[in-house]
Amino acid sequence: MRNAIEARELTKRFRDLVAVDGVSFTVREGEIFGFLGPNGAGKTTTIRILATLLRPSSGRATVNGYDVVRQAASVRRSIGMVFQDSSLDERLTAEENLLFHAVLYRVPRHEALKQAAQLLELVGLNERRRDLVRTFSGGMRRRLEVARGLLHRPAVLFLDEPTLGLDPQTRTHIWDYIRLLHRELGTTVFLTTHYMEEAEVCSRIGIIDYGKIIALDTPAGLKKLVGGDVVAVKAADNRELRNQVRQRFRLEGKEDGEAVYFETPDGKTFIPELVRAVPDIREIYLRQPTLEDVFLKLTGRAIRDKGGDATEWMRIRHAAWRRRRG
Amino acid sequence: MQGFVAAVYIIWLRDVKRFLREGTRILAMLGQPVLYLLIMGQGLRATFRVNIAGFDYLEFVYPGVIGMSVLFTAIFSAVSIIWDRQFGFLKEVLVAPVPRAAIAMGKALGGSTTASMQGLILLILAPLAGVSLSPGQVLAIAGLMFLMAFAVASLGTLVAARMETMEGFHLVTNFLTLPMFLLSGAFFPLKTAPAWMQPLMRLDPVYYGVDALRNVIFAGSPLRSFVVGQTLTGDLLVLFCFSLVLIGLGMLAFSRTE
Repeated sequence: MRNAIEARELTKRFRDLVAVDGVSFTVREGEIFGFLGPNGAGKTTTIRILATLLRPSSGRATVNGYDVVRQAASVRRSIGMVFQDSSLDERLTAEENLLFHAVLYRVPRHEALKQAAQLLELVGLNERRRDLVRTFSGGMRRRLEVARGLLHRPAVLFLDEPTLGLDPQTRTHIWDYIRLLHRELGTTVFLTTHYMEEAEVCSRIGIIDYGKIIALDTPAGLKKLVGGDVVAVKAADNRELRNQVRQRFRLEGKEDGEAVYFETPDGKTFIPELVRAVPDIREIYLRQPTLEDVFLKLTGRAIRDKGGDATEWMRIRHAAWRRRRG
Repeated sequence: MQGFVAAVYIIWLRDVKRFLREGTRILAMLGQPVLYLLIMGQGLRATFRVNIAGFDYLEFVYPGVIGMSVLFTAIFSAVSIIWDRQFGFLKEVLVAPVPRAAIAMGKALGGSTTASMQGLILLILAPLAGVSLSPGQVLAIAGLMFLMAFAVASLGTLVAARMETMEGFHLVTNFLTLPMFLLSGAFFPLKTAPAWMQPLMRLDPVYYGVDALRNVIFAGSPLRSFVVGQTLTGDLLVLFCFSLVLIGLGMLAFSRTE
């Protein structure tokens, strides 16, 4: 199988700042690959290099087999791009935005109309296709942008923070649509996010911090860095439960008054054995370590606070402003 | 090449579509030229006296007002490039597999189309200035407005190519349009201007546009030799050169943006 993206020792310097620092990775065809890291870690810079919008200071990268510097035109034909902030014309209708895109990418008109209808249906905007984009909510706009990025059937779809600035419920919806589109079309997806829980969509994740990839694996593989699963159990007699588990599995449980927690390397196989061994169990649940735990373990810092609050927006705006000056 | 043409076409079409959707703004744009024609024209009419039979200042100033209106609307049409940059839409075009020069060409054509459409609306003011136009003249004027607008819109595109902010764009265009407007010969003929001013007027693309309009409007009139500076062919040739150079620079400026 071919690699959709290959990056070797990719580096980008802005004056005294090294935004991307010797990054190497490959993305296989058909995979959803994610870059996860805090703001300013170099995620967007990497995407911009891969999309031919920035030249790397050193190192090289190919997208769909084309070199991002020497074969920029071929790379551009191969990719769809959804930027961090909206790039729609809000004074045009949803359909007009798509048709504008189709002409830029030389999609024949009858083909474009067919694709547009299918994609608008998939992202649930078919009823609104004749409405001006200015009447759309943030989530609808983002869905339209994702649909537009796929209109010309690109080999690779880039999504730069596709849920930034959206409320939690809308964010979940956007990921549902991205998963659906990926399932339907099989396009390779390269995305960035700084929402830990959202990176779970990816088949593989590169954790990036200060311009460097500090870990790269499947979500499950990354979580193994932390240790095992957490199995919480409620039994009729918790003390008896702990005794039995200690004898049979040599595991020491922790009790918080209600449930008993066991840390085990593989919770999925532990649970059936536990049920067979201990008769009167009432509730069991399995909690896996989160990517949040992984980032904390690797860097010693929490990636960020939860919500998309006002200060976060100010930081992002400020960073964008600095980038433009720099 | 086909990709270039397709991109120019769709960028042009978008600007025209957006323009046509703003009906009220189109009508509001009529206000300024009407004021110039009525107040400036009528006010100066009494003072501007020439010893030539049949000369009416209003008739003289009317092509100037058209030229002025085309100048302002064409150069400010490029403001949409700044909006597109600020609202992010420009990125959609920058990442597409089309030559960047197509942006400059599409925008300049879009701006000149909308500016000449607005100019055409001004032709309904002709009776107010005592000018009557044949269908042939209207057609010729439309073509001239487009050519002049294209030169000016290309200049606007060139300025907008590197501008990040609205303030910067307005600063530079104001600095450019005011002398272009004053030196265009809209309010006085080149022949009666002081000798030091005449070469400056000849550097102004709008001057040739207004001169060409007068060549058409005063065709066959005994006043023509007084009101125009040179032949229509000469005007067209110079306007054409201006357009070529300015759109070339605009396209070059866009090709170099990262």
